[in-house]
Amino acid sequence: MFKKILIANRGEIAVRVIRACHEMGIAAVAVYSDVDRASLHVRHADEAYPIGAAVSSESYLNIEKILDVAKRSGADAIHPGYGFLSENAQFAQACADAGVKFIGPTAAAMRAMGSKTKARQAMELAGVPFVPGTSRGLESLEQAENVAARIGYPIMLKAAAGGGGKGMRLVHAREDLKAALEAARSEAERAFGDGEVYVEKAIVNPRHIEMQVLADEHGHTLYLGERECSLQRRHQKVLEEAPSPVVDADMRRKMGEVAVRVARAANYTNAGTVEFLVDQQKNFYFLEMNTRLQVEHPVTELVTGLDLVQLQIRIAAGEKLSFTQDDISIRGHAIECRIYAEDPNNNYMPSPGKIAMLLEPAGPGIRIDSGIYEGWTVPMDYDPLLAKLIGYGDSREEAIGRLSRAMSEYFVGGIKTNLGLFRRLLADSDFRAANFDTGFLDRMPLREETASANTRIEEVAAIAAGMFAILGGGNMEARAAANSSANEPAQASSSWKNASRREALRGT
Amino acid sequence: MIYDIAIGEKNYRLELDRASGEWSCRLDGCVIEADAVLVRPGVLSLRLANQCYEVRCEHLAGGLKIWIGQDSLNVEVRDPRSLRGRSRASDEQGVKKLIAPMPGKVVRVLVEQGTHVEAGAGIMVVEAMKMQNEVKSPKKGKVQRLLVSQGATVNAGDVLAIVE
Repeated sequence: MFKKILIANRGEIAVRVIRACHEMGIAAVAVYSDVDRASLHVRHADEAYPIGAAVSSESYLNIEKILDVAKRSGADAIHPGYGFLSENAQFAQACADAGVKFIGPTAAAMRAMGSKTKARQAMELAGVPFVPGTSRGLESLEQAENVAARIGYPIMLKAAAGGGGKGMRLVHAREDLKAALEAARSEAERAFGDGEVYVEKAIVNPRHIEMQVLADEHGHTLYLGERECSLQRRHQKVLEEAPSPVVDADMRRKMGEVAVRVARAANYTNAGTVEFLVDQQKNFYFLEMNTRLQVEHPVTELVTGLDLVQLQIRIAAGEKLSFTQDDISIRGHAIECRIYAEDPNNNYMPSPGKIAMLLEPAGPGIRIDSGIYEGWTVPMDYDPLLAKLIGYGDSREEAIGRLSRAMSEYFVGGIKTNLGLFRRLLADSDFRAANFDTGFLDRMPLREETASANTRIEEVAAIAAGMFAILGGGNMEARAAANSSANEPAQASSSWKNASRREALRGT
Repeated sequence: MIYDIAIGEKNYRLELDRASGEWSCRLDGCVIEADAVLVRPGVLSLRLANQCYEVRCEHLAGGLKIWIGQDSLNVEVRDPRSLRGRSRASDEQGVKKLIAPMPGKVVRVLVEQGTHVEAGAGIMVVEAMKMQNEVKSPKKGKVQRLLVSQGATVNAGDVLAIVE
């Protein structure tokens, strides 16, 4: 087993991996950029190394620096987390060359699945159902037109080299194709350095359902159940759940067996996820494979009882999986909400800044995977994911109930977050009825979080405001003190404050 | 203590005192049974005639954001016997603070200390996430003090300048 693992990541996933290391008695090495010195993952680590400027290319994406830290720290393995270098075949290869074990698949497996067009070609060979379209990049507008005519509009233009909505264009009719193709190409070029674009039939109101797979380095490949990830905003997942409300045991087995076939076709090892689009007739089509641990892995952990990060480490250390496909059962229901530092009233623009107050929920069936703490300043330089709140119960209803309750206890002060969105979403009748598809969130009206014109609430607020003024509002007082103008003689103000503090303490 | 409290369009008059651990509270003349404990800075456990509320308070540009459950209200508290030495009622037009509306970096300071400005005149430019925001003077007057300079990083709610 490894003695020391370097976590080449930051934020909540770095904390997650460090926790797994500590649970297994393995030392954890953190790396941090200039703005991350006070981050939670550094606080948890056993060793920490600065790796440069905030901009990712100079720090978390810098292969040379990371491998240098691995060498200096004597780490015998590297966990890449998700994002950053986790699906970078060059990095996986560099680790192998440096004699440090990369906790994940091989560079070759990454390459096989990393290009969407290559992946589709492999799936074709493996007899895996996939969305009709091209398996090679489009060579000309003419070819695009022919393919589109053959498979029928609407069609989706997609970037071969990446995802997240970049380089994607939905085309409804032939006359829109030229402009869409040009736009998709240039966007893909800018985002991934590769303008290759291919075509797929656009499935109307699909569900996005993905299957977790796990393979050891001894030829055992298993599926661990599916996750429903249809709630997305601009192609970014917002809420995920396991199991999918529309997948029964039979469909799970079929999708799982296809997912295993996909993994085997790529000689895949360690944890990975096979994504499918599911149409309204419950036909499922291979979309792509993610050759890394995913953000939403906790929901699978809760319904299977397995620790995926510990399993990743064990697999990388050469252990055989200690269970078979028959040992895996799905029990209960888990739902995850991704809490982002975003301003819902300003088109979800990232909202960095200092977390002035943090009140976190707890209680039965609640799990929080968080990268934040009160007093920490969310930097402007990275993905604004703050934490994941997961609710688990023995039914979907119970999970929703616990999650809603936890949401009411959750408070993040000082920055804007999307917590309000979840309160609305969890109360939504269509959501509760599991009646949604990938377009659901984008269709949900953006509503400002305005106060209810409720007199009672206003009265409570008025009295509370007075109470805060007398008892010392903490946040307010501290700011006022810090920013006080020159008018107020310092001594008089502090003796007033001292008097009121003494008064407040007396009777408590 | 007497407070004038503005919530949206409405104004409330609150009389609140504490003597020997007992609270006395009158809202717009009505007596209300109230007691509260400051659980930690910014969090109040408030009881109004046995109804229990956990109230959180955020300091924002120009006032407070009070959270009760999932509802939030923007509240302005005016203390007639203000800390800031502006106790005269006629001093409504007194010293005003220029508040940063969002976290970011001061990329340009448009005026010098001592300059006379009109209401709405730009005092400085704060940039964040590649968007620039001109922060304007809340009143006509003189820029008494500039509290930050070009290049400073600011948080939402920070006082950038004083205009008198």
